[in-house]
Formats: sequence, C-alpha cells, structure tokens
Amino acid sequence: MTDLTFRPGRTALEAVGLEVRHRRRPALNDCSFRLPAGRVCALVGPNGAGKSTLLAAAAGLHKPAGGTLRVLGGTPGGRDVRPRVGYLAQDKPLYPNLTVADTLRMGGTLNPGRWDEAAAQRLVRAGDLDDGARVGSLSGGQRTRLALALVFAKRPELLLLDEPMADLDPLARHAMTAALMAEAAEHATTVVLASHVVSELEEACDYLLLVSGGRVRLAGETEDLLAAHRVVVGRHEGPGAPREFAPHTVVESRTTGRQLTALIRPDGELTGRWETSEPSLEELVLAHLRSPEAPVLLAPSAEPRAAAPAKAREAA
Amino acid sequence: MVEFRIDRRSGVATYLQIVHQVRQALRLGLLTPGDKLPTAKEVVAATAINPNTVLKAYRELDREGLVEARPGLGTFVRRSLARPETADGAPLRAELADWTRRARAAGLDREDVAALITAVLEDSFGEHPQDVHDGQEGNA
Repeated sequence: MTDLTFRPGRTALEAVGLEVRHRRRPALNDCSFRLPAGRVCALVGPNGAGKSTLLAAAAGLHKPAGGTLRVLGGTPGGRDVRPRVGYLAQDKPLYPNLTVADTLRMGGTLNPGRWDEAAAQRLVRAGDLDDGARVGSLSGGQRTRLALALVFAKRPELLLLDEPMADLDPLARHAMTAALMAEAAEHATTVVLASHVVSELEEACDYLLLVSGGRVRLAGETEDLLAAHRVVVGRHEGPGAPREFAPHTVVESRTTGRQLTALIRPDGELTGRWETSEPSLEELVLAHLRSPEAPVLLAPSAEPRAAAPAKAREAA
Repeated sequence: MVEFRIDRRSGVATYLQIVHQVRQALRLGLLTPGDKLPTAKEVVAATAINPNTVLKAYRELDREGLVEARPGLGTFVRRSLARPETADGAPLRAELADWTRRARAAGLDREDVAALITAVLEDSFGEHPQDVHDGQEGNA
C-alpha cells in the first residue's frame, strides 16, 4: 500500500453540541468536534474528564442528553453501525468461566460474516495463551491481549479502545501497539485510543482529541496542532505578560526569577528576544490541562461538517 | 531489505529518521536500485509507529527521486547514493584509513579523532545543516 490511511473527506465520529449525562451529572457538555476516517486518534485528558463517557457514547451505551453524535454516518449503537464498531471498555469485560478457546468461539458466533479467526489466533498465540485456560485464571496482561484479539478480529471500521494498554508490561505494550498499527495500516481502521499517558501515544497517533472538564479543548492533526503552538523562553521582569505577547494567544505563562516560559499560539511574528521552539505533544497537552481557560482550538479538519449551532462553539 | 530504528528521544521527527536511514542505506549500498522497501505495514508491525509516518517518509524519498511507488506492488529504490570513492579498497578510503592509523599511533582516541574530523569538515563544507523540521527556531 502506498496511499495514506486517512480519508479526509469521510467522517468516523462527529459531535455537535453533545451533552451526555452520567449518573445524573453532566459528563460531557457542549462537545463539538469531528474525527476524519482512517486516523489513529489519541483521546487524552485527566481522570474524570469524560474520555470514557465519550467512548461509551460512541459505542451506543449512553444516550446523548443534548446535541448530536454521529458514528460512521449513523446513530451510535444502531443496527447498521454496531457491527462496524469495536469497543473495548476500560475493565475489559470477559466471562471468567469461559476458556480462551470458548471466548474466541463466542467472538466468531457473535460476529458472523466479519470474524477474522486467523487474526485472533495470531494475537493469542503471540502471547502464549493456553487455549484451555479459563479467563479467570489469566493475568491482567493476558486478559488484555485476549480482549484486544476479540475486538481486532471483529474487523471493525472504527476501534474505540479505553485505556487498553494500562496493565501491559513494556514488551507486551509495544507488541500490542505494533499489532494495532499494522491493523490500521492494512485496513485503514479508524482508531480512538484513550489514555492519560501522553508520551506512549506520541508515535502511534496522528490525531489528537483533548478533553477536560467535559469539553473538547483541542482537536486536529497532531502535526498541525503542534505547529500552531510555540514554547517561548526569555527574560521578563515585572507583573503581567510581556507587551510582545499581545497579538498572540497565550495558553500558559510561568515566571521563575527572571525567566519566563510560555506556550503561545502565535498570530504572525513574535517580536523581541525570545527563544522559541515547537512543543512536544506532552508539553502541549500539559499546558492546556493546566490552563482550562485557554480558548478551544479545532483544526479545520476537526470542525463538524453538520450544521453546527454557532453559539455552541463560541460558548466553549 | 532494511530495518528502521526509531529513537523517540532524538528530537528528530520520526519520518525524518526513516528518510535518513534510507539515505544512509543507499550510501552504504545496503539498498541498491530495484530493491523493495518494507511496506508500511511491515514497518509499523516492527516499530509500533503510525503508518502515515512511514508513508510520509516514503513520499519524501519519492520526491527526492530516490524511490518510486509502484501502485499495488510497493516502493522501490530508483537510484543509489553509493559512491565508488567510498567503497572498500578505494584510494580515498585507504588514505583515510592510513591517516586514522597514524592519528591513533599519535595517541588520539576515538573522540579526539571524531572531533578533529568534524572540525575539518566544518572548515571545508561549512557548518552541518540542521534538519529543517527539528522544531528549533531562533528568534533572538
């Protein structure tokens, strides 16, 4: 294959003014974004930010209380949508009394016409899982491997994975990420990978969705989002932000002694004596998490295509 | 075939690391015209990086005329960067080997020799150009 996996014109996920309530409290509030098909998207944010709620809503497990959420062009959990979506919840629910072989057989039976037995076997074999072992007797890492084998073998167009690698050792994590990337390369699968460990996503993901406080704060190609920001370091004394920052959006600014370190979204050239560099993904994410008041930034490809209520985005 | 090593701490963009490693393999003759580069799937299955990163690197190499994509078949090397002057037994290489022996005999260690060569290279060729996409921008 020589074509890029993503299809900028096709949409995997699209939310407009989405509100989801969880245990009667709003877990997502006024969320608007679009995820083009074929992307590997990092869904990041602190614990309790709404990542799991968003994935569960996309899987059709939570009904929106307001706004709209479209998955592969249809209704989340709808009859034509559900077979094309693979969702793995954080607790990786499996039946403890079934054996490994039973679990895979069940996967095949529940996904007629889509099940890729060879892929499931490959992943399970690579982890030295014994066919006859009961799921309840497996280690955390082995259970994760089996759960990922189930969800991969379904051959979904959209994979929603909630903290999938959390209990894997570094070797298994690398192997499963590699298997996931090979999947994405071969089938142009759209992947959403929720995690709060940003550094482990940096190489694997080409799209970013940053959620905090129930809202989408940043969305777009990681490359473009990084290129839209600069880490600025220089000398600054006195209160308030340097005059030179006025035309730009300051996401975060800290002063230690005479040294000022800031993350800005430049609008035109930055004047003055400043050292500037492109942030790492981790710096970008952390700065936005520390500054909840920074304005929302959606890359053009992440703007919802559906008629968006204009006020929904401005209010964000 | 080549195998890519991705250094996550290097600060060099991942796709550029692949571009550099292909160029290096072409210089060393590890890859010669007609050879097939590993597919994106093969690379990501080994390195766990995003497939589009590999494809971006291959497009850059294509743009430079070093490789070409043949739809449905893969990406193939078009031309070599190997220079006969650098091969084993070539006079320039033999002279350098001889010089290195003398430097060592004079008591220089590997780092001294590397520093000396870097200094002489900079005199002759100018400063080593930094990679354009390494994200460093002077603004002072």
